[in-house]
Amino acid sequence: MRLKSFPGGVHPHDHKHYSAAAKIEELAAPARVVIHLSQHIGSPSTPVVAVGDEVKTGQLIAEASGFVSIPQHATISGKVTRIDRFPHPCGTKQIAIEITSDGKDEWVEITDEPRFLDLPASEMKERVAAAGICGMGGAGFPTVVKLSPPADKPIDTVILNGVECEPYLTSDYRLMLERAEDVITGLKLIMKIVSASKGAIGIEANKPDAIALMEKITAKEQNISVVPLKLRYPQGAEKQLIYAATRRRVPNAGGLPSAVGVVVQNVGTAVAVYEAVRFRKPLVDRIITVTGHIVKTPKNFKARIGTLYSELVEACGGLTEEAGKYISGGPMMGFAIPNLEAPVAKGSSGLVIFDKKEANILEEHPCLHCARCVDVCPLNLMPSLIAAQVKAKNLDMAVRFGLNDCMKCGSCSYVCPAHIRLVQWIDTGKIRWSEAQRTKK
Amino acid sequence: MKDKVIVSPAPHLHDRTSIPNVMWNVVLALTPALIASVYFWGFKSLLLTMLGAVAAVCTEALIQKLRKVPIAVADGSAFLTGMLLAYNIHANAPWWLPVVGSAFAIAVGKQVFGGLGNNPVNPALLGRAFLLASWPTLMTNGWVATKAGSMNGITNLKLIHDNLQSIAPKAYDLVTSATPLKVAQTLRDSSFVNSLTPDPGTNLDLVNRIFIGLTDGSTLQNLFWGNIGGCIGEVSVFALLIGAAWLLWKNIIEWRIPLFYLATVAVLTLLFGGIKGSGVSLSVPVFHLFSGGLMLGAFFMATDYTTTPMTKKGRIIFGIGCGLLTVVIRLVGGYPEGVSYSILFMNVMTPLIDALTVPKAFGKVKK
Repeated sequence: MRLKSFPGGVHPHDHKHYSAAAKIEELAAPARVVIHLSQHIGSPSTPVVAVGDEVKTGQLIAEASGFVSIPQHATISGKVTRIDRFPHPCGTKQIAIEITSDGKDEWVEITDEPRFLDLPASEMKERVAAAGICGMGGAGFPTVVKLSPPADKPIDTVILNGVECEPYLTSDYRLMLERAEDVITGLKLIMKIVSASKGAIGIEANKPDAIALMEKITAKEQNISVVPLKLRYPQGAEKQLIYAATRRRVPNAGGLPSAVGVVVQNVGTAVAVYEAVRFRKPLVDRIITVTGHIVKTPKNFKARIGTLYSELVEACGGLTEEAGKYISGGPMMGFAIPNLEAPVAKGSSGLVIFDKKEANILEEHPCLHCARCVDVCPLNLMPSLIAAQVKAKNLDMAVRFGLNDCMKCGSCSYVCPAHIRLVQWIDTGKIRWSEAQRTKK
Repeated sequence: MKDKVIVSPAPHLHDRTSIPNVMWNVVLALTPALIASVYFWGFKSLLLTMLGAVAAVCTEALIQKLRKVPIAVADGSAFLTGMLLAYNIHANAPWWLPVVGSAFAIAVGKQVFGGLGNNPVNPALLGRAFLLASWPTLMTNGWVATKAGSMNGITNLKLIHDNLQSIAPKAYDLVTSATPLKVAQTLRDSSFVNSLTPDPGTNLDLVNRIFIGLTDGSTLQNLFWGNIGGCIGEVSVFALLIGAAWLLWKNIIEWRIPLFYLATVAVLTLLFGGIKGSGVSLSVPVFHLFSGGLMLGAFFMATDYTTTPMTKKGRIIFGIGCGLLTVVIRLVGGYPEGVSYSILFMNVMTPLIDALTVPKAFGKVKK
């Protein structure tokens, strides 16, 4: 069978063997959680609790502050002890609510709606919004926004993203193996919400057991297909996955999947949607991979949102040697963080730990114009020229070579023989460009 | 525990290629051609190549010291330039020729523009052009036949005429002393053809016989293995293809330029490569592909990173342009061979080609 894929991209060693076989382990509710108000794309949530308040697990503690925003919920029961700036998994410090446990893990009431599949789409959408779900693949776009496409853009296909093209990470893989039924139920709910007639689930060929299991479960579903994909990074990027699965091209310059009749959701998000619609369960936990060759026992955890990374590493038995780099997320697009004080957020798919040697930064050399970056760019841009124009403070030219189309997948930096930090230069350019636009107005 | 970790922007992985890795791999890929050259002409080839390479490295180190920039000769780029320059000289050249050529190539072809990555044209080819302009006789005369005594691959003169030496001494001189492309060029020269014998009919017949000998299977085999006179590095198509396969497999060079270059030469020489009286034959394009510096040029010079287009479309244009110019020079120009000038010319066109072929971003709709 010919596997589907997209143009461009790279093929890094996937390093998934460290944690691929580790069954999801439910981590006990921690003694303290830090719940960030900004775990998603959009405006930060507004706290509705004050220091000293008692909260139950699943209780609303911050509400959505607009359409592109989500509410946050307590993930343990106890007392709100601080609302302050805390380390964020993207490496900065941001406002968060700290809850100290009362040790009881008392939940708000969780109901089971037996006929949840028959609920009207509007009710389903409301439950998704109330559960505080955002994209769990990493970017964290509020799910309810994606489930509300413009009326003039009918959706015919929902694609579940089970690609997990980032090396090292195995959280989506384990979820697909261990909760396959719930993933597919989630897909059906999403299809119903956006009234799409077709569903697909894209999985890369390095997860043959997940492909086989999904094919088995969906064998009787006429309108749901499993799409095995060639191993290629960044296949999990929305536009690339849509192209691989449907051959449709999402327009550039801010185009959304709805323009080509598609909605993409991560498999983890699908399970969260299922739990929200059926049980009204808010998003209080997620699957996260803790891995790296110096992690004593790499694992996949089901952890409460707000659990500190340091506790996850401890639960893996610690490290076998001194760490060189902590990466929140995957190694291609994740954030290097200064310590393990940051908590798990809704978009935290993994914590990858490098040793000193792996963390070694390569020295930058002059550009040879070898065009490897041009060859691998999945968006058909000219990364080295964008970077050169940013360096020369020539932003108009940088835009011409694709500055604003770049999604920072890092394929260019990955292959550059001169070790030029292309993504960093492009990111600098994006910031300078938006500043320049602001001052123009 | 006090954390001492590195915080840097993504991506945190790299495929571990590097400039030295690329350059030394190209040097490695050029080694089979050097071995072939030593096989056919002896250790003089090796000596001249090493002189060229060492001179390039020394020149680069000296200039980098004067410029007060880090000395980076270990990256292999200067060594490669020197090696390629020497590959464009024949094995009978004086020892100082590659030294002077390499020094010029590095100093004027590369360092003047700011060093690695900034040169507008291929330094090795610029060095060759400099030598050709300064010492034309040294560069184009004195070709040596291989140890097996072959100069242009026509090893069996009987194939042409039983008695060539006595009926047309000029034709005999040509087929025994000139390189394949020189023979091909001379056969197109009507004043040469008319001067062979008093009888125009005999002349036409002789020229066609030589042309057939030049494109005969046995000759093409000699061209393929390298049993012909020529420059140090260009002689064996077989050895060059081994190196080219290595570079393609290692993803160091990309297929577009060599493919379109060679394909253009093949098509044009198939159509226009014959001489008066000769029919269209597939062996003519094979002759042109296998002779001169085409293989060396297409796989090792026209694929130079810095001086060739970055866009995929641009690389196709570049390859076709090189092919077109090479054939024009070979068939109607004043030189028997046109590879290096074609590439140099297209090098100069590269910024323009790149500017005109900026790719459309994924998902971009025509307005």
